[in-house]
Amino acid sequence: MPSPGRRMPLSAPERLLLGALGLALFFAVWLSCSLSGLVSPTFLPNPGTVLAQLAHLLRHPYAGHTLPEHLAASLLRYGSGLLLACLVGLPLGLLMGWFRLLDNIVTPIFNGLRFIAPIAWVPFAALWFGTGLGGPVLIIFTGAFPPALIGAYRGARLIDPQLIEAARMLGTPHHRMLTEILLPDAVPSIIAGLRVAAGLGWQSLIGAELIVVSSGIGYMMVQAQAAVSTKTVMAGIIAVGIVGTVIDGILRFGERTVRRRYGVVGTSA
Amino acid sequence: MPARRGIVAVVALAALLALWAWSTGPGDLISPMRFPSPPLVVAAFVQIATRGFAGATLWVHILSSLSLVIEGFLVAASTGTALGLAMGWSPRFAALVNPVFQLIRPIPPLAWIPLAILWLGLGAAAKILVIWFAAFVPAVINTESGVRDIPVHLLEAARMLGTPRLRMLREIVIPAALPQIFTGLRLSLQASWTTLVAAELVGSFYGLGHVLNAAQQDIDPEMIFVGMACVGLFGWLTTLLLAAVEAQSLGWHASSRSAAHA
Repeated sequence: MPSPGRRMPLSAPERLLLGALGLALFFAVWLSCSLSGLVSPTFLPNPGTVLAQLAHLLRHPYAGHTLPEHLAASLLRYGSGLLLACLVGLPLGLLMGWFRLLDNIVTPIFNGLRFIAPIAWVPFAALWFGTGLGGPVLIIFTGAFPPALIGAYRGARLIDPQLIEAARMLGTPHHRMLTEILLPDAVPSIIAGLRVAAGLGWQSLIGAELIVVSSGIGYMMVQAQAAVSTKTVMAGIIAVGIVGTVIDGILRFGERTVRRRYGVVGTSA
Repeated sequence: MPARRGIVAVVALAALLALWAWSTGPGDLISPMRFPSPPLVVAAFVQIATRGFAGATLWVHILSSLSLVIEGFLVAASTGTALGLAMGWSPRFAALVNPVFQLIRPIPPLAWIPLAILWLGLGAAAKILVIWFAAFVPAVINTESGVRDIPVHLLEAARMLGTPRLRMLREIVIPAALPQIFTGLRLSLQASWTTLVAAELVGSFYGLGHVLNAAQQDIDPEMIFVGMACVGLFGWLTTLLLAAVEAQSLGWHASSRSAAHA
């Protein structure tokens, strides 16, 4: 890739070396802060302590549960919320793309609600559905629903009307239109929307757990914050980052598989 | 047809309002303990606007949240854009920074809230730090890719004419990358609001998130409604403001249409 500062791209070894240098610098600064006594270890534990705490949490309970148990509770809420967002958002988005009237009805309402940060639904979510499973699920839903809907909507709008007319002229039955023309054309955009939905849903879940629940990874972090256990908070941050990366990796894999199956090379929206 | 579209929109919103008024009022479908009726919302608004709620009047809460969002956003936007420019400009710098950036990037911004509170407490500094974590990433990513996507012939031509580096940055690189920079900034602004509200819900003394939190503790649905409406309203207003800035600075650019429906 050309870049303004230099004409030639870097060679692979050069890139690796620089990358390693960057990481080394990052950890060196972190380590020297905590080892030199410049910053107290309660404030900034060194990387080793954080990793040791992460390993410790895998087997020993903190705030009532071990880290895998907290993560399992989080993932259950996350899966339910994301599933609900897809079950409502994808069909509604597709229908809005196909039926202009529905689009005209839903879009203004959707736009009116769009600027409310998902996390601002926390109080109503807690009031309506409690703080166990229902409330957090609603918050994940409010985070993941808009991108799911927009992805499906864009996908439906991208379909070439000529294709539909051609198929209709040839007397294609409705269910075949759906499975052979509409869905394949809309799928790349849907998947792109799902990836965004998955990311925002994960982020909303963490927010919900910081505020209202009594288990899960976010709850563990908030308890650790109250107990001034910086190493546990940082271990939690790492765990959240890893799980988020794994989720995105799975969806990325799904995206590639689907694209190959349908032979689409369209750009992701 | 835009006219018909407008009519349908107005009818849909009016129907929604009527449904709300009816189901919480005469219809008696929804208990006021779950969702407030319009008169209750108006009463709550009058209360917080005149006598105050959760320690201050509405204006103090709004001003507190709004100034934190704007400060945090400006800090994140300036540092993020600068880092993105440097990464797009110099492949060496990008190679140096990228692994560390990739290490931090997957962490959801809200996960930094407990750490920010541990480090800086419940005041303004912690909020700005969290907003910075959240809004920084989209600014960097979009600026970097904006700089990388600049057509080579533009740069080559400028280089051939012996344009000094600083001038090249000011007159070619930044303007050419600006549309993408603004794409990133819009995402940054959204992220700023989300993280601020979350941080205020977790702990704060003033602000719209603090209003929401107090209303939740008091089981005061009408005040929750007022708080949410303000979050939405000011989120929208700041987005409009950013779109206006974008239109102003991108007036020359073909894609300035994007500012119209930001």
